Amino acid sequence: MDILNPDFQQDFFQLFNLPAVFKIDSAALERSFLALQAQVHPDKFAHLFDAERRLSMQWATRVNEGYQTLRSPLNRARYLLLQHGVDTQEESNTAMPVDFLMQQMEWREALEAAKQAKDTSALDEMEQRMQHEARILQQQLSIDIDDTRDYAAASGIVRKLKFLEKLAEEIGSAFDELDS
Amino acid sequence: MALLQIAEPGLSAAPHEHRLAVGIDLGTTNSLVATVRNGISTVLNDIEGCALLPSVVRYTADGNVQVGHAAQAVQSEDPQNTIVSVKRFMGRGLKDVGEVGNLPYRFVDAPGMLQLRTVAGAKSPVEVSAEILKILRERAELSLGGELVGAVITVPAYFDDAQRQATKDAARLAGLNVLRLLNEPTAAAIAYGLDNAAEGVYAVFDLGGGTFDISILRLSKGVFEVLSTNGDSALGGDDFDHRIYCWMLENGGISALSAHDTRLLLTNARTAKEQLTEYPQAKITAILGGGDLVDLTLKREAFYDMTQNLVARTLQATRRALRDAKLKVEDIKGVVMVGGSTRMPQVQHAVGEFFGQAPLNNLDPDKVVALGAAIQANVLAGNRSADEWLLLDVIPLSLGIETMGGLVEKIIPRNSTIPNARAQEFTTYKDGQTAMSIHVVQGERELVSDCRSLAKFELRGIPPMVAGSARIRVTFQVDADGLLSVSAREMASGTEAGIVVKPSYGLSDEEITRMLQDSTRHARDDMVARTLRELQTEAAQLLEAVGNALQVDGDALLDEVAQARIRSSMDALRAVLEGDDQQTIKRAVEALNSASTEFAQLRMDKSVKHALAGHKLSELED
Repeated sequence: MDILNPDFQQDFFQLFNLPAVFKIDSAALERSFLALQAQVHPDKFAHLFDAERRLSMQWATRVNEGYQTLRSPLNRARYLLLQHGVDTQEESNTAMPVDFLMQQMEWREALEAAKQAKDTSALDEMEQRMQHEARILQQQLSIDIDDTRDYAAASGIVRKLKFLEKLAEEIGSAFDELDS
Repeated sequence: MALLQIAEPGLSAAPHEHRLAVGIDLGTTNSLVATVRNGISTVLNDIEGCALLPSVVRYTADGNVQVGHAAQAVQSEDPQNTIVSVKRFMGRGLKDVGEVGNLPYRFVDAPGMLQLRTVAGAKSPVEVSAEILKILRERAELSLGGELVGAVITVPAYFDDAQRQATKDAARLAGLNVLRLLNEPTAAAIAYGLDNAAEGVYAVFDLGGGTFDISILRLSKGVFEVLSTNGDSALGGDDFDHRIYCWMLENGGISALSAHDTRLLLTNARTAKEQLTEYPQAKITAILGGGDLVDLTLKREAFYDMTQNLVARTLQATRRALRDAKLKVEDIKGVVMVGGSTRMPQVQHAVGEFFGQAPLNNLDPDKVVALGAAIQANVLAGNRSADEWLLLDVIPLSLGIETMGGLVEKIIPRNSTIPNARAQEFTTYKDGQTAMSIHVVQGERELVSDCRSLAKFELRGIPPMVAGSARIRVTFQVDADGLLSVSAREMASGTEAGIVVKPSYGLSDEEITRMLQDSTRHARDDMVARTLRELQTEAAQLLEAVGNALQVDGDALLDEVAQARIRSSMDALRAVLEGDDQQTIKRAVEALNSASTEFAQLRMDKSVKHALAGHKLSELED
């Protein structure tokens, strides 16, 4: 193995000492994250020798990347599906159910209307609805990935969640716009 | 029998080897240096007993440089050669500095960063800042009686990569070994948190002389986790002064000011602002260069009115920080006030009203950042076990690259915990294409032109292939200082020739060397002696670190042959350490570093296993 570029053979679930499932124990994830950073963070190595400082940065980066991946339900699902050899085709597969697309259009219109009217309480409401919808999709993901292992169905949900995430980002920038 | 003291494996030095390390708050208006002595963080005063060094640098025709009070005293007499608030120019081009016309300087536009023309020649903001840092280094070395192992330098959390890099360059130029660039609100949180055993989610509201930061942190069992940060690196006390200055011009019927008058009135504006913290009105009197008298009275209400939108901007950033942290005002347990400008009653009032609670003012807002930086410096230097706390900070602004049509594709989003990295693959769009250019930007806007350009570079030597078949993997790495480095490698051809790109605005090693030589032209021998001493110190530290590591883990992790190899590299370094040939010492240091690389890897693996073993144990306890 190339010592200067450790290839980090462990996957993120192994790294954080967690079972490779969608429905994870988020408190355990956080405990592992902090325990790992407490060992590898560059602040612990600032006075040590070069090789240790460099490795520490690579490890701390890796631990942060793993935490980002496992903490976010969308990233976690994507990562698990990839481990099962399933490509979620978020860029290529745009065939979404008609009712979902209709709803997306409605939400986008509502977002535009709220922006025009400078109505932050409407934005608040949208944000909460979005979070509610996301939670329902996440529950379905947990069934599709952990229980029935229907990875094709799970991929479809990942694509839906991606839509919601984009919309949530746009709601965020709408808040920023109205506030400036 | 006396108990034996055993140090934490590899993490703490023996008690008698206290390493001199300081924290430096390089402020817009004032700068400070602090250190941990006998376990207590203390600000170091100058020989006259002053803690605050005014961040003012004056260049004189005879080649001398005045820094601090002496320079401040003559700022109105010699405004063009006396640089105040240089921090606002760090890492900034001429077009970034909005109020150029209202400042008494002769600006020079230079690639990447502006310069200031003085009687001693054109000066980069990096050089000016280095003069301030040099004084603080000398103050510390005098006060502590030895050379410093290193320093933690604080920067506004909202500083972008260019501003951070400029700060680090200034420290190098001042002969300081930078242990870490630390965000100012985070430094304040360390000092506050440790002092008050605080637990919960806190906001640090830091309004300084020229910059504003708001950071939301979770403090829990020794972990300082920054959840989000926001701010404005061009919003501070100076802007409040400037509002008063504009009001004076309007109400005093003054126009066409000389550089001297501008500086005089700005100084008067600042005095008036400070008076309004205590009194309902401030009297402003000044005699201009042409003999005209300025005689005005400013009432508190009028001051509040004219600065209302500045205060509003701080709250706007605060709302964004809360939203990014996915928190509500009610979730904030306390609001720690930092920076001299938070003394203004209208700021106190607005913050109190926004958070629905009285802000916390129990630490000196001028000193808390330096005190926190000193605590962290003490840990980073290895004087105190770092196991007691963990500091997790974030990158303040998103990093992205330019895509088709001048749009930005974000690659590392703001508020990502650092260190952080992201790899992105690119391909060629023409047959036989052998080069490709990559433009890295920082900011939240969609258009490249609205973001800060960090680096533009070309990847050359891509093997000619059919369009779309080359795979160039570009890695963006943000280190624990929040600084970016970019490396690229071509994957398809199997050649893994990596390149490392330094952002274009950073100073090259040659420039640093030139500046060092310029500043010590009269004392070249001193400089040579100093760099030799620094190299020897560094080598001695390396020997100690590797030696400690061998003692702790050598037998467990390495066979005899491997241990012997490291030991012989150590002996080789010891043999040349006391000599005066820098190249020989450098080579021996490099040899030891490379001999100990595999050992470092094994130790790191052990640490990681240890972390998870400890974790399992704590789960059982739960």
